[in-house]
Amino acid sequence: MRTEQTLAAERPPVVRDRWTLQRTIGVVLLSIWAALALAVLVFMLDAWDPAIFQRYLPRYLSGLWVTVKLVVVSVILGALLSIPIAYGRTSRNGFVAALAYAYVYFFRGTPLLAQTFLVYYGLGSFRPELQAVGLWTFFREAWYCAVFAFTLNTAAYQAEILRGAIESVRRGQWEAAAALGLSKMQTIRKIIVPQAMIVALRPYGNEIILMIKGSAIVAIITVYDLMGETRRAYSQTFDFQTYIWAAMIYLAIVEVLRNLIDWIERRITRHLKR
Amino acid sequence: MERVLTLLSFGPEGWGDNIAEGVLVTVSLALATLPLGLLVGFFIALGKRSNDRFLRLAANIYTTLFRGLPELLTLFLVFYGAQIGLQRLVHLFDPSANIEVNAFVAGMIALGVVFSSYASEVFLAAFRAIPQGQYEGSFAVGLSGLQTMRLIILPQLVRLALPGLSNLWLILLKDTALVSVIGLADILRQSGIAARVTKEAFLFFGIACLIYLVLAMLSSIVLHAIENWTRRSGASR
Repeated sequence: MRTEQTLAAERPPVVRDRWTLQRTIGVVLLSIWAALALAVLVFMLDAWDPAIFQRYLPRYLSGLWVTVKLVVVSVILGALLSIPIAYGRTSRNGFVAALAYAYVYFFRGTPLLAQTFLVYYGLGSFRPELQAVGLWTFFREAWYCAVFAFTLNTAAYQAEILRGAIESVRRGQWEAAAALGLSKMQTIRKIIVPQAMIVALRPYGNEIILMIKGSAIVAIITVYDLMGETRRAYSQTFDFQTYIWAAMIYLAIVEVLRNLIDWIERRITRHLKR
Repeated sequence: MERVLTLLSFGPEGWGDNIAEGVLVTVSLALATLPLGLLVGFFIALGKRSNDRFLRLAANIYTTLFRGLPELLTLFLVFYGAQIGLQRLVHLFDPSANIEVNAFVAGMIALGVVFSSYASEVFLAAFRAIPQGQYEGSFAVGLSGLQTMRLIILPQLVRLALPGLSNLWLILLKDTALVSVIGLADILRQSGIAARVTKEAFLFFGIACLIYLVLAMLSSIVLHAIENWTRRSGASR
């Protein structure tokens, strides 16, 4: 009986959740978000038209498919192209290293939109020459120009990611593998790449997200990706909800990807956690 | 070669002056966006660090939203959305009024919103790199919360956040190219016009790319100087 009373007396005072200035600001800001969400919802319901939805749904889906195709193709081709560039960046040959550096500097230092224009409109200046080598049919199509420009662009970024990741693996790993008698290919495949992948995963994921967001600009050179279909739908209906639909789709893709990358990172770093 | 030089000259048959105007527009847009983005980004970072979960949530919604949307789409949402929204608002008072949103302002807001959402993450990481002891020490000598922020935290924060912010500035400089789509006469739009008129697309878009490269290089030099300047006090350690 007595002990119980002392215990009750020694219990720390209950911490009250106090109403602070920060909470006031937080509640106000959240209310603004909620009001905005409500306004968008009301706007969407007000503008809701099943005929428009049925007409444009297939177009949005085809646009989404074009976006996905563009990103997947250029990221994969860019990954392949990034290997020699990363190799060149680390080369001991000064000329090769300078060339690779210039490539990376150019594609990372100029806007993707300007690069796309340079390929799509600019290469038109060389039409006779391109026709002579039979490449004109390739560069005449906006789609191929977009893939070409995006591949060159992402290759520059991916080369830097790859180089940073490989260099993050310590020299001792190479030496130990050599001491064990592994060949260079085996060392790269079994020792270096698995460790480099842990470092490279997040930057690679960010690069894919940046490509998805960046791919919206191909709409300007008449490729009907998700953004292109959206712009077409807007120009036909003058209905602002076309843009809101596109925003929701892009947000959903990016959020799903971001969570997927987080999940993969948690899985492949399990051995590092205690 | 002579034709190329004529095309790029500043005279009546050259496009040099038009492109120079474009450079001015691009640079002033980027410079006008920077303070806006930095200020908003800083406050969003403060919100994310808050003890209050409502404020954290509100700040996180902002970042999730504007980091997830393509920059081009954000630009259109601001440009057309503001136009429609303001139009409806004004029609309540004056049904005959016609509103046009300034492309420069729309570009500034859209780019600023994107910049600030990334900048908030940079600031947040910098905040985390400042040890708790700095706050405790500052309270111990009797500084108020605001004084702590101004005299102790901010000077260190600038130094820690600068590399990340330098990156964001270079990204911002490149993102300004998007405003050419909503009709602002920046580098890319001016060179596009020149390309269409003269049929020398490769020349003019190549020049545009080179100008962006030069701007990036100049920025790197300036940013490097600023970085060295902020390191003055830390150098002896």
